[in-house]
Amino acid sequence: MQSTIKDSAWESYQKHIAEDKYYFARSCIRQNFFPAAEGLFLDIMRNNLEKDIYDDARQTTCTGIAYHSGVIPFETTMGVIARQFSLMTEAGYENFVVSCVTSFGLYTETLETWKEFPEKEKEIREALKRATGRTFELPKNLVHASDLIYKFRKEISSQLKYRLVNNNTGQPLSVVDHIGCHYAKIFPKEGIGGAEFPYVLAGLIDEWGGAQVDYPERRHCCGFGFRQYLLKSNRSYSVSNTKKKLDSMKPYHPDLIIANCPGCTFFLDRWQYVISEMEGKIYGDNGYGIPVLTYEELAGLLLGYDPWDIGLQLHQVAVEPLLDKLGIKYNPDDKYKGSKGKILKLPQPSLLKMY
Amino acid sequence: MELLKELKKDFRFIEGLKACISCGTCTAICPAAEFRDYDPRMIVESVQNGNEADIEKLLKSDDIWYCGECLSCKTRCPRGNTPGYIVQALRALSIKTGFFIFSEQGRKQLAIKRTVGDHILKYGYCVYIDEIDTGMYPEQGPVWDWLRENRDEVLGKFNTNYNKSGSGTLRQTSEESLGDLKKIFDETGGTERMNLIEEFSRQAANRMGIGFSEGRDDYFMEVYEK
Repeated sequence: MQSTIKDSAWESYQKHIAEDKYYFARSCIRQNFFPAAEGLFLDIMRNNLEKDIYDDARQTTCTGIAYHSGVIPFETTMGVIARQFSLMTEAGYENFVVSCVTSFGLYTETLETWKEFPEKEKEIREALKRATGRTFELPKNLVHASDLIYKFRKEISSQLKYRLVNNNTGQPLSVVDHIGCHYAKIFPKEGIGGAEFPYVLAGLIDEWGGAQVDYPERRHCCGFGFRQYLLKSNRSYSVSNTKKKLDSMKPYHPDLIIANCPGCTFFLDRWQYVISEMEGKIYGDNGYGIPVLTYEELAGLLLGYDPWDIGLQLHQVAVEPLLDKLGIKYNPDDKYKGSKGKILKLPQPSLLKMY
Repeated sequence: MELLKELKKDFRFIEGLKACISCGTCTAICPAAEFRDYDPRMIVESVQNGNEADIEKLLKSDDIWYCGECLSCKTRCPRGNTPGYIVQALRALSIKTGFFIFSEQGRKQLAIKRTVGDHILKYGYCVYIDEIDTGMYPEQGPVWDWLRENRDEVLGKFNTNYNKSGSGTLRQTSEESLGDLKKIFDETGGTERMNLIEEFSRQAANRMGIGFSEGRDDYFMEVYEK
């Protein structure tokens, strides 16, 4: 009985997600550390789902990392976000999709702040006008990029070449979902499933044939902590939080972790490398870690995109054990080649197997 | 300066503090409290009591810099308070008053200003591949060294627009867009706060006898690494 209640708890938190015509805002972290991911997201939206999504050369950061580290005030962040809304308005769009979860939290927070403190909206509109001469309309619909993959999960499912099923045993793969804190912990009603039972990634697992892993620290923060990670002297905070999650999920033998926040994806990947170097501890089997993918990387992989064309070699944790379980054919020799098949020197090997 | 009066001007403070019943739920859920000697409940209790000396002590302490701003406390507080927002207001006031240089954690703000803050105005994004190496960020691992050493080849393979004009991943942000960012920073207090961080940090460096100029100088390395 308890399980039934829990499984359906997410249904009370739904939100409107527009069908089409989005202005796209890039992420600082995703662009750098998973540089093929946003291009893949746009390809899936445009080519697989035939949606209109606009990639603007004039967009910038939302400044979220600086704001959450205390080096700029919220007024500056709201001013930069107001400029993004102005670019959206100028491009003729009314719906706004954000690649970063920190940004999604801040865009949402800006709109909520302006509802609660209308004088702040007036102040920021005037500041933007003085600074840039720009004006803007508010977006009619504001979503995170994972919301779109969730909304169209059934359409994507109908095109999948592979499903989240072990090719050797026929059993569903065990998949951990990790939701970035700022997706729904600040404004639960803005997240699919809310803060307690977020369904935005779990819905992909269910639809695409996998099995969710419900482990004790499922809702715990990855440990980014903004200024706690940015400073070398403070990073123990970050790795400790990720370790707490990894230790908690290990007994459930996950085949894969997926995350919707660029920072969380990065930390769950890179701290596995660090923990292996520091303590010799490895969370997967046969010297490999637990692969960590973004939602668009998972969608792309199952849709049949070549893993080395969508940047999966840029994860520190090797994805080959996952590819083998999924039955995806790949050429290991292509993993570290450059464009046009150019042979490049391999990365330095580490205790955590990369190849 | 009346510190509580200043805090009450900050809408983050107004939003963050309704009426705390000191139940400790925020501390129970807090990732920072789990790994450090940090207690958000005590911070909220201090500002709710409104004692000026206690607030000044907080502004000069490491305590207000331990929060990771995950905002799990906002979800869980049964009375609608947000300790994370209160911490944001305290950090802002600590920089405005210059009290941040009295604590080891507070002094670290300079390193964040000179990385993330300056990157925004230089690249249009908080982070950019050219500025990140495994000396500063060893956890990036061998795969990052490989990407950096082969960045033109590899980023070309993924159809990015690295360091070029136009749209796309890792493109060069135009001068016009960077100019807009700078003007917004000037208008909304971003430039003022970043200048205050530099100025008070210079005073701290002089007092501590550590070299201070710009970029990764001795003071930067001191606060970044130790």
